[in-house]
Amino acid sequence: MNAVWLAFIAGLIYIVGWRYYSKFLAERIYRLDPNFITPANRYNDGVDFVPTNKWVLWGHHFTSVAGAAPIVGPAIAMYWGWLPAMLWVVLGTVFAAGVHDFGALVLSARHKGQSIGTLANRLVGRRAKLLFLFIILILVLMVNAVFAWVIANLFISNPSAVLSVFIQIPLAIWIGYTVLRKKGNMLIPSLVALAVMYGAAVAASYIPALQIDLVRWMGGEEASGVLFGLDATGSAFLIWIMILLAYVFVASTLPVWKLLQPRDYINAQQLVVGLLLLYGGLLVTMPSVTAPAFNAQADTSWFPLLFITIACGAISGFHGLVASGTSSKQLDKETDARTIGYLGAVGEGTLALVTILAVATFFASAGDFHDAYSSFAAAGAGGVGNFVGGAGQLISGLGIPEQVGQTIVAIIIVSFAATTLDSAVRLLRYIIGELGVEYGAPKLSQRYVATSIAVFLTGLLVLLPDGGQGVGSGGFLLWPLFGTSNQLLAGITLMLVSLWLYRQGRSPLPTLIPMVFLLTMTVWAMIQQVVFNWSGLGEADTQWLLFILGAIILGFALWILLEAVRLFRNPEELKRLAEREAREAE
Amino acid sequence: MSDPDEPRNPIARWLYRYDRMLRLGHEAEVIRELRDEDDLFLFMCFSEMLGVPNPVSYHTLELYPLIIEEFHEWHQRMGLERSPLDHIRCC
Repeated sequence: MNAVWLAFIAGLIYIVGWRYYSKFLAERIYRLDPNFITPANRYNDGVDFVPTNKWVLWGHHFTSVAGAAPIVGPAIAMYWGWLPAMLWVVLGTVFAAGVHDFGALVLSARHKGQSIGTLANRLVGRRAKLLFLFIILILVLMVNAVFAWVIANLFISNPSAVLSVFIQIPLAIWIGYTVLRKKGNMLIPSLVALAVMYGAAVAASYIPALQIDLVRWMGGEEASGVLFGLDATGSAFLIWIMILLAYVFVASTLPVWKLLQPRDYINAQQLVVGLLLLYGGLLVTMPSVTAPAFNAQADTSWFPLLFITIACGAISGFHGLVASGTSSKQLDKETDARTIGYLGAVGEGTLALVTILAVATFFASAGDFHDAYSSFAAAGAGGVGNFVGGAGQLISGLGIPEQVGQTIVAIIIVSFAATTLDSAVRLLRYIIGELGVEYGAPKLSQRYVATSIAVFLTGLLVLLPDGGQGVGSGGFLLWPLFGTSNQLLAGITLMLVSLWLYRQGRSPLPTLIPMVFLLTMTVWAMIQQVVFNWSGLGEADTQWLLFILGAIILGFALWILLEAVRLFRNPEELKRLAEREAREAE
Repeated sequence: MSDPDEPRNPIARWLYRYDRMLRLGHEAEVIRELRDEDDLFLFMCFSEMLGVPNPVSYHTLELYPLIIEEFHEWHQRMGLERSPLDHIRCC
């Protein structure tokens, strides 16, 4: 089957969803009012609250939410075949992610641009705020651990990409110093930076001396006893993760305009470049799908694990944080929320879709696919590598040599993951600081103390769990936990939107159904993982770290479900909350 | 809402919007950080009125015409509702 047909069918479903379902949501469920004065106009301060053009805000929202996660998740989930992954990505985007992102944006705009955390505190009570803070803490820790491993893994498997990634740092600092202080335009300098990076990628693809290949430097894959008795690959993982943690410490403590802002500016353009290259390559090469629709040889059932393996790209709680944290403060008209929220989710869905298609067309035969995806653990360890290979193959249709294409794709993924890593460590720093203030330990809110704790915890989480692939393989083991905590966050957001709709006397079904589905799948998957895979009750050995973290997340999931049921069955309390809200609105 | 800084030429406008789109993520934080740095600088310039000796006040005096525009916003951010300087009556 031709992959272009799959892309065409999925695109058609996205268009229908956008054209009709989001219109139904806007008119009948969220009832957007063009005359409503949005927080951006009401509190316009030129800093946080700034009315922004609809398409500018959509672009920003899309580039904020689309990162490495919609690549990593689907690349792993291809283990069950392309059909389950594609159905979840397409239908999840149309009926869950679009509703969720759109709803979070409207809910926040209707509540003075407050974030989901604050809204949870107000709409549900203090318990929810505590719950929310801990879920974010765990989610952010997972993100750090998983992405640190993803970057180290890509550096080892694509040594030609390392130089470009390292070149980006001084280039970004140069842009930050020369352009930002003068309030100049960053477009030209950032394009120059991109050209230099990709030029270095081309050069490194052909000149082995420019490839920073730690494994080769330490004597090749067969070398043993290099560092602490580890083999060369294990030692390379250890060194890269240490370098990454040191970099993240520096990057997240620097003022944002010195490195983070110009680097994100360059990376956002890489998203555009990546999508154009991949879809352009798909249309030109028109590859056949060689992966099976269903993997009959899978040793792990797709149900319900699929729904936590693919979070970003189908539905992700992180989008709710972005929608309510920044985008809602910049909404010019309430009616713009449909474009920004719903279409932003569709944008990320297209990235997840092209990931699936790149992996599905990568293999020469179904036999090769089964070799690469021999077990769920192998899918976790090799999923991203398979995407890089498949993407390189697609890009080669545009006349770019496959080796260069693979290097460029590896650079794009590393850039996304590094951006997320920086932001996540900064977020972790704020959360640790907030907890410090809450529990009377003001020292914790100091920049260097909080960052040190954040980086130390991340390192611990990457290096401690034994993924069976040597040092640092804890990252892909944590992926199901990352998916779970992300889906929980989405569940909380959908619950808040449902409660708000219910109190307004409107039908909460469009948000309630995805919420129940999502939380049921999450709880189901977690019980399966925690009880049978990590507790030691089944055939597998006890994995204490995963068991403890999983049990905590499972407890949170059940807690959220109980809170939701309690509130829906207690109209008296809902009425009190509505009255309090009305008083505050005055 | 129309952005007063938007160019009229369609291509220039598209590029301007693209630039805004990419900047938006950190814009508020950057504005805050740059403002904090400026606040510190102004504080050093006007430290004498807060009782902190300024050994280079003779030289910082020369800067007053250049920073007078920002002075009003600054003293309000510092929690001083009225201008604390007799010879600068901005409010």
